[in-house]
Amino acid sequence: MSATISLISGRAVPVVGNDIDTDRIIPARFLRCVTFDGLGEHAFEDDRRQLTAAGKTHAFDDQRFTGAKVLVANSNFGCGSSREHAPQALAKWGIDAIVAVSYSEIFFGNCVAMGLPCLRVSVADSEAIQAAVVKDPAAQVAVDIDKLEVRVGGQTWKAQMGAGHRQQFLTGQWDATSELIAGLPQVRATAGKLPYVSSFA
Amino acid sequence: MSSRTLFDKVWDLHTVRTLPSGQNQLFIGLHMIHEVTSPQAFADLRAKGLKVPFPELSVATVDHIVPTEDQSRPYADGLAEEMMVAIARNCREYGIRLFEPGSGKQGVVHIIAPEQGLTQPGMTVACGDSHTATHGAFGAIAFGIGTSQVRDVLATQTLSMSRLKVRKIQVDGRLKSGVYAKDVILHILRKLTAKGGVGFAYEFAGSTFSAMSMEERMTVCNMAIEGGARCGYVNPDQVTFDYLKGREYAPTGDNWAKAVAWWTSIASDADAQFDDIKTFRAEDIEPTVTWGISPDHGVGVGESIPAKESFTQDEWATIDEAYQYMDLKAGQPIAGVVIDVAFIGSCTNGRISDLREAAKVITAHGGQVNAKVKAFIVPGSEAVKVAAEAEGLDKIFTAHGFEWRNAGCSMCLAMNPDKLKGRQVSASSSNRNFKGRQGSPSGRTLLMSPAMVAIAALEGKVSDVRAVLNTSESLQKKN
Ligand code: SF4
Repeated sequence: MSATISLISGRAVPVVGNDIDTDRIIPARFLRCVTFDGLGEHAFEDDRRQLTAAGKTHAFDDQRFTGAKVLVANSNFGCGSSREHAPQALAKWGIDAIVAVSYSEIFFGNCVAMGLPCLRVSVADSEAIQAAVVKDPAAQVAVDIDKLEVRVGGQTWKAQMGAGHRQQFLTGQWDATSELIAGLPQVRATAGKLPYVSSFA
Repeated sequence: MSSRTLFDKVWDLHTVRTLPSGQNQLFIGLHMIHEVTSPQAFADLRAKGLKVPFPELSVATVDHIVPTEDQSRPYADGLAEEMMVAIARNCREYGIRLFEPGSGKQGVVHIIAPEQGLTQPGMTVACGDSHTATHGAFGAIAFGIGTSQVRDVLATQTLSMSRLKVRKIQVDGRLKSGVYAKDVILHILRKLTAKGGVGFAYEFAGSTFSAMSMEERMTVCNMAIEGGARCGYVNPDQVTFDYLKGREYAPTGDNWAKAVAWWTSIASDADAQFDDIKTFRAEDIEPTVTWGISPDHGVGVGESIPAKESFTQDEWATIDEAYQYMDLKAGQPIAGVVIDVAFIGSCTNGRISDLREAAKVITAHGGQVNAKVKAFIVPGSEAVKVAAEAEGLDKIFTAHGFEWRNAGCSMCLAMNPDKLKGRQVSASSSNRNFKGRQGSPSGRTLLMSPAMVAIAALEGKVSDVRAVLNTSESLQKKN
């Protein structure tokens, strides 16, 4: 059993744009490593550098959002490569929860396995939450997995998460490994019934 | 029980039980490992004192960081060397087969498993790599997974997963000359978008896929993931069985007939029920090139860069970003866009049939790689390299100015020394045109078929491969 996760609150950082892929979250050159340590400082590195070169500032470089715990994104966040280095980099940077319109499934699954809850909101709400955070970067943002809500200042938005995953976070069963291990005798029984496991002999 | 899809049958057969979370504990029949996404999983096993109960169902290779020129050890890149040492040690310690460079079996993980006969119909397959969808070409259900799940598969041979919906993608008819499997999937992505498949498994059905070779089917399934689908598959048929027969890890002797009978039985039933169906006609598909920063930003080679208004409004910001990043304008023809680098390889298009098609185009054209272009060809595996050299393809490539390399992922994601520089534009047979994907944070990628990459390399710009193929056909008639 892992820790229960029901409410994350802290400041938020908006990362605007659809289809932000994992190559952008953590460029491939940082995957040359045998541990996830040290990935946090390289989150969004190329996007950050390009904006800086163009005289602009990426949200991850914007001092107003330093120390944020909640990432607010838009559609199809984390698409592309299966690299768990992407959510690991975000987590190491300090992110404890993500709010977006939708996620790539592999990215979402990686986040669950790490205990990083990802809630879904509508397109309009993702933009409204981002706007609220930009307006008041110091505001406390509450990501409530129990009530399925995102709250900023006096405003509340409805959020979604599959019932099974919600339960996993609330009961501290998001780390599936021990549960999977408990099923090992049944795993062997399933394997025994699959003709290819014994090469059809 | 009838009316079931292959997905339903395979899912049910591999379901161990329902977990308290409501997800399924799903048995994984083939687990593939590579050097990038596995070291942290093994470290975690070690830290928790976990064992690997089914080491014979895992197989490992090295592909992402392997240099394609000088492969002598230790590698010049110390971090790459460290990863090589780690995977060798991990495989040794846990009793897992490892196909290393020089073994004759090394290569991109999604190329070698089919090549060795490891991937078979009716299996569940997992690998810490999103393009695991490739193995669906055999009628397997194949998932890309993250590192925590790699650890779970090692420790239990299972995954915690939720059932997917199944969308049938029906394509009928014959592809026109110069149109390849790559164009089919780029066309589908363009129509169904990069996120249209979230929550689905894609079943590719219809006469167009039936007529495809296994290698072409792999190209299609490989990029199902770019459409948001978690996996894609083609039902197994005689083409599948003929491909597998005689491969090293395929069933042999009396077991072969039993295997074929079982494989046949797991195909989707004629009256299978789907959650959704989308249909396309092969004749409508043109050689397709991506112009933007997502694999669904494709256009026919005869078309122009689309106007923002042709996309839904929530895409406009991304489309503007794509115009700007690629330095292309709406209304500008894609043909004629100048390239700097040409790359043929990757798990999408690094197989022997891809190299043959490229060689055919190069021979038909007859010219040299454009003086301003760096062009290189990276076989997907050591076995592909040997086969290509036996056919003399390498001689054709080098005689026309292409470099001929050793097997690996190479500039598909540029974790090895093969990288774009600065704002270079590459014509690439790989699968992702994301910003910075090919090694330069500001580098630009145009995805296309290997034949289209070959012609782009020779002409120095995006060109319609059919011009060459048609000319060579009419020349042959004249002679
Ligand atoms: S060739 Fe490219 S997409 Fe395929 S496994 Fe290697 S890096 Fe991934």
